[in-house]
Amino acid sequence: MTNSEPRAIVAGHGDFAAGLVSAVEVITGRGHLFHPVAVPELSAADIEALLRETMERTGARVLFTDLHAGSCTMAARRILRGIPDAVLVSGANLPALLDFAFSEAKPTVTAARHAADRGRAAITAVEGTP
Amino acid sequence: MSIALYRIDDRLIHGQVVLGWGQPLDAGFIVLVDDAVAASEWERELYAMGVPPGMEVHFLATAECPAALERFRADPRPGILLTADVATMRALCEQGAVSAVNVGGIHHRADRTQRLRYVFLSPDEERSLREIAARGIPVTAQDVPSARPVPIDELVVTATAP
Repeated sequence: MTNSEPRAIVAGHGDFAAGLVSAVEVITGRGHLFHPVAVPELSAADIEALLRETMERTGARVLFTDLHAGSCTMAARRILRGIPDAVLVSGANLPALLDFAFSEAKPTVTAARHAADRGRAAITAVEGTP
Repeated sequence: MSIALYRIDDRLIHGQVVLGWGQPLDAGFIVLVDDAVAASEWERELYAMGVPPGMEVHFLATAECPAALERFRADPRPGILLTADVATMRALCEQGAVSAVNVGGIHHRADRTQRLRYVFLSPDEERSLREIAARGIPVTAQDVPSARPVPIDELVVTATAP
């Protein structure tokens, strides 16, 4: 894999993936590390086939998905069965992708786990003050 | 309340079901009726991982339904029953187990014709939905609660031979 090839796939509902990758590009210029996938009105089998084909074509072994119970996550779980070097990060957000974008020196699994931890920690609720 | 939604959805447990419908219905459980899933421990574990905390999921083979559904009907919590295909839902309707059918997602396949953005039907599936409706069971297509329920007469526009 060269530096210009995507290192991870981002998949989710609507324009979730394209939006996140666009944001990564604007903030860091590293949007090329991610390949966005949209799955409008595909069956579960077709989503799995699309993600599997994208992994094979790009060589990416990390899948970021939007929703824990979403169709992309379910398809990704099926794909991971039999690919021990692949990693799924569900519930992905922009902080997670940004962290992954700067983890090129780390092994894939380590980078994905670190990104998941960073994304989880980045969610806060701040209340207004009088 | 028992089972509040009988849904055909080839994605089975996914976001529209557990959140889109599950939240407004305050669903406490899902009954997933699918012979292949019921027979596979791995498939059952996969779908069980997809439900949020506080929501139960039960797996049934079609033949188990008449007796097992009595138990779920007595549950005070609202529930959702899912099948992946029209044939399984039709079998449940023939068992007298279904009060209304929600066509939530049947996606593209070579032998199917697109009827709605999220509904593709083969001639056999159209015929089966007609037969369900002929039993007096309302059949509508509706992917999420905020969408308009599309009645079967709009969904199945072609005349189907018996």
